[in-house]
Amino acid sequence: MYDAGKIILGIVVFLVLITFPFWFTPALGNPDYRPEPELPAGKCVESREYMVHWHMDLLDQWRDSVVRDGNRMYVSGEYGDRYEMSLTRTCMSCHTSKEKFCDRCHDYTGVDPYCWDCHVEPKGQ
Amino acid sequence: MDESRRNFLKIAGCSALGAAWGIPVVRAIGKALQAEPAPGAFEGKRWGLAIDVQKCMHPDVVRACQQVCHSIHNVPQIDNPEEEIKWIWSEKFDNAFPDKVHEFTTDSLKGQPVMVLCNHCERPSCVRVCPTQATWKREDGVVMMDMHRCIGCRYCIVACPFGARSFNWSDPRPHIKPEIDPEYPTRSRGVVEKCNLCAERLAKGLGPACVDAANQVAGGEAMYFGDLGDPHSEIVRVLRVRHSLQRRPHLGTQPNVFYLV
Amino acid sequence: MLEKAFYGGKKYWGLLAFLGLLIAAGVITFLIQLNRGLTITGLSRDVPWGFYIAQLTFLVGVAASAVMVVLPYYLHNFKAFGRVVILGEFLAIPACFMCMLFVFVDMGQPMRVVNMFLHPSPNSPMFWDAMVLMGYLFLNLLIGWTVFGAERKGLPPPRWIKPVIILSIPWAVSIHTITAFLYSGLEARSFWMTAILAPRFLASAFASGPSLLIILCLVVRKFTRFDPGKQAIQKLAQIVTYALVVNVFFVLVELFTALYSDMPEHLHHFQYLFLGSHGHDALVPWMWTSQILAVGALVLMLFPKIRQKETALFALCLAIISAIWIEKGLGMVVTGFIPSPLGHYTEYGPTFPEGLITIGIYAIGFFILTVLYKVVSSVREELEAK
Repeated sequence: MYDAGKIILGIVVFLVLITFPFWFTPALGNPDYRPEPELPAGKCVESREYMVHWHMDLLDQWRDSVVRDGNRMYVSGEYGDRYEMSLTRTCMSCHTSKEKFCDRCHDYTGVDPYCWDCHVEPKGQ
Repeated sequence: MDESRRNFLKIAGCSALGAAWGIPVVRAIGKALQAEPAPGAFEGKRWGLAIDVQKCMHPDVVRACQQVCHSIHNVPQIDNPEEEIKWIWSEKFDNAFPDKVHEFTTDSLKGQPVMVLCNHCERPSCVRVCPTQATWKREDGVVMMDMHRCIGCRYCIVACPFGARSFNWSDPRPHIKPEIDPEYPTRSRGVVEKCNLCAERLAKGLGPACVDAANQVAGGEAMYFGDLGDPHSEIVRVLRVRHSLQRRPHLGTQPNVFYLV
Repeated sequence: MLEKAFYGGKKYWGLLAFLGLLIAAGVITFLIQLNRGLTITGLSRDVPWGFYIAQLTFLVGVAASAVMVVLPYYLHNFKAFGRVVILGEFLAIPACFMCMLFVFVDMGQPMRVVNMFLHPSPNSPMFWDAMVLMGYLFLNLLIGWTVFGAERKGLPPPRWIKPVIILSIPWAVSIHTITAFLYSGLEARSFWMTAILAPRFLASAFASGPSLLIILCLVVRKFTRFDPGKQAIQKLAQIVTYALVVNVFFVLVELFTALYSDMPEHLHHFQYLFLGSHGHDALVPWMWTSQILAVGALVLMLFPKIRQKETALFALCLAIISAIWIEKGLGMVVTGFIPSPLGHYTEYGPTFPEGLITIGIYAIGFFILTVLYKVVSSVREELEAK
């Protein structure tokens, strides 16, 4: 083909760039790093596995239930306990520090939820 | 470009668009939430307010109402009057009731301050125009705001005949004085806000804060809060006995805030 | 066909580069607005809509005005418009796009615009406005590309496009009617609460849109080898004249209702607009300029000899576009808010950042227009060469 050298070079550069997320950390970063959010004592509104996977959806559902339906009491599916559906007053009454808990995983995954633009985070330890 | 390549790109493009539309459908079929109202929450059919115009004319009353409302709801204090945010404030009687003043109106009303706020109308025009239903009328009568959904188009401000709504032209947090109340969220820039009839207090069996403040400062019977749908409630009894006004009734929004003159 | 846009002379690339600079300035300013909020505009609690929404209102009219070439050609076989219809459709596309951009930059939370589609609200004219604008943009893209693509291949357009074109005619009327309905159903704003608002919008659209099209035809004739034809331009001028007659008539009719009824609710806004009120008169010089330009242009357009002199026609079309831009944009939108429902007079003037973002969006529109018109003229030159 014409310009074979340039084309093959171009393809190689492209492949390197497009696979960047896969090779950068194993090669030049810390592949064994896992985020360590500080966990408080006691149990959460649901189990740990559930919260890790679904806390975003749970908070969305809480938001719609409180704001749009006017229902503020949550009945835990796992434990049957009742909690007030509130990020600030319920979640953050145990997870008192945004930096030591929420940000640990969010910073690692590059997620920037805008909850705290409005919901007040406690000045916890 | 080759015909078949063009067709492939066209189909790929349309498929991507179609798939994008499918995402919210899939998410909507999620796990249902088990939820119930908070214990002791107020239940009503049609919340309303009645304001005694003379009793609430005193600047101490207005100040107390605005102070408690704005502090428990983190309403910012913006210096530029063109961008101010207010949930409850006072207007001259002539401005609040332009159809009720004339050349010979009594001085006890003409030019006097009257407390104004969102009227939580029966037929709210703001709700009618909202393109995302970020504002809607709850079953108990409160005209609510969903700050998460509001896109800040300000159509509701345009449609409100009472000037009850405010927009966050910039980030409100630096302007919340003296400090942010952690019990209630703030707003972000770019959304509309207004009086929410203390919905968070109604959920705990408390009445609106301004009512308590006004009655405390003016010595009772300054503001009434109650269920207009309950014929035996105090507010309905008061409205049947005393002469009352609504703001701009000919516009047909049927305000649920009444002014006792 | 789009590949024609990648070949051009110095003037073409120069124009695109200049527009690119304006777009960059607009985008940067918009990023600042995203960061700091709409406080950088001149909008206020009493005047929540201003320059951006004024542009939306004006441009919806320009977009709708494509119907003024489509209808005579497709419904009444007015052959002289044959070469010009594509220019009308390819004007509607950037006009529609600019409308959407102006709504986007006006929002407090533009990233949430998707909420309008996730939570459809048929009760809201704004929801319908978004829907019909998108539909009209899509229609014009489909029609323009299909018909012109067929012309390029030397074939008649496919039969299925005819009903789509017929659909675009009432659709064009609907986009502007629904935009008028944004305003004319609000009991809070007595200045807008008039049934004549939708007809006024349409009349001013059919005066300003074809005026812009005339100007574009003259420009295209000057800078490319494509000549839209004197007959087409003259017919457009006639359409503009009639539409302008109706528009001026509607303004006078509105003035009569307000002045003769002597109702403060209606009178206050006109008083503020034309005479100033309570010491506020920012819009007075603008309104008088607009009306003098409109009436003056109308009188001159009534004379065929003047219409046929193309330098005069060019100037008159500019005057008409300016007059209607002022009247529909600032004159109508801002005045609805002054005085406010509480009787306050808060004036409005756009700020410099607001202007930059507006210019940036207009530059995007003109960029798209230039590219599309380049495709048309290049293809036509190529066909003529055969």
